[in-house]
Amino acid sequence: MARRARSATIEPEARAGELVGAALAGDRLALARILTAVEDGTPVAEAALRRLHPRAGRAHLVGVTGPPGAGKSTLVAALIPRLRSAGRSVAVIAVDPSSPITGGALLGDRVRMQAFAEDRDVFIRSMATRGHAGGLGPATGAAATVLDAVGFDLILVETVGTGQSEVEVAAAADTTVVLEAPEMGDEVQAIKAGLLEVADIVVVNKGDRPGAARTASQLRAMLVAVPRREPGDDRPRPKRPDILVATAATGAGVDELIAAIDRHGRQAANAGSAARLARAEAQVWAIVGERVRASLLDAVRSRDTHSILADVAEHRVDPYAAADRLLAALERG
Amino acid sequence: MTDRPIKVLIAKPGLDGHDRGAKVLARGLRDEGFEVVYTGLRQTPEMIANAALQEDVDVVGLSILSGAHMTLVPRVCALLREQGQGDVLVTAGGIIPDDDVPTLRQVGVAAVFGPGTTIGSVAAFLRANVRARD
Repeated sequence: MARRARSATIEPEARAGELVGAALAGDRLALARILTAVEDGTPVAEAALRRLHPRAGRAHLVGVTGPPGAGKSTLVAALIPRLRSAGRSVAVIAVDPSSPITGGALLGDRVRMQAFAEDRDVFIRSMATRGHAGGLGPATGAAATVLDAVGFDLILVETVGTGQSEVEVAAAADTTVVLEAPEMGDEVQAIKAGLLEVADIVVVNKGDRPGAARTASQLRAMLVAVPRREPGDDRPRPKRPDILVATAATGAGVDELIAAIDRHGRQAANAGSAARLARAEAQVWAIVGERVRASLLDAVRSRDTHSILADVAEHRVDPYAAADRLLAALERG
Repeated sequence: MTDRPIKVLIAKPGLDGHDRGAKVLARGLRDEGFEVVYTGLRQTPEMIANAALQEDVDVVGLSILSGAHMTLVPRVCALLREQGQGDVLVTAGGIIPDDDVPTLRQVGVAAVFGPGTTIGSVAAFLRANVRARD
């Protein structure tokens, strides 16, 4: 299943420079090629991200998550024309799962978003999870950085259909919108830890279905009843999300959702840098982890590394001792 | 790099509403380890070309049962070339008379898969003929 390497001869720095220059000048194919490199984790991607990172940080990153069939793609498709008529450019990263068995994927979110083909200021990219848990792909955050750097005002990150604990999008986005469908669960579901806890905005979609108003009022009762913080208490607190009812398929409630997203974006910007610092940490630690792993598997160390891993598999060495030995091997250079 | 899946756009240009074949192929290629973007029914050539560009796909598979292939397929091929994607592999499937195949090949279609083609043979053709990547 390999894409053969076209250009081992073209130096990654030069190729990245060329692509980044073109993408910043508005070349959408160059942008698409950078996103592919980022997904594939090539040397071109690293060189491109180094150039683009200083230009990013201006877009509002909005995560859209919720269970399969709740209406995430339909909602995103309903947001786009309204954002465009307000003059805002929009990028969408739509994530669907990869098969754990074959590695293949069916990326079907575009079906609901194909009406914007003539508009250069709408850019939609599908992405597979490629074995990554948490509701996003391994490169979704980096892809958002690329789209941010080339100047999109709003970046909508649509996760895979989530269960209760795929909350990674909350760390990747400035504002997290969680969709629920009516009658999806009782009040006890609403007070379980996980997805609903990380919502900045909860949307009960399919608001024209019976039970939507009741679901919203149950969620409101359970989620908004977070005790106010006592002075001097700095323990982590759940959020107090806005609870909205919308019907993405007809557009009802979508303007209210955009208003809520914008309101939250302003609050988040005022609240300071905690979320951005958390995101930076996650990015950097992930790269550190990859680099450590790559070093331990390089030509010099790979034999020793594999032998230590085999010792752990056979229970001759415990995993903590193995980690210490591997880190010691790195320190020896 | 052996672990980068080939990315395929399966699209239905034109007005016929018969997408069972396209969906079966999309699902079959998924099972063959491809990343398949499916865009749904009633796509204009412009919508298809735009999706191919934004998704940076390696292959565009067009499914047509309406008889409009001699209009729609050359248009998709021309748009792909205009936007710098002349190296994307274009294939067609559906109901396409044998007499039309040479013309379609001339405008840039790499293969025409008629009824009865197995998914395995489509997958093998795509693997063997897909463009090289950065």
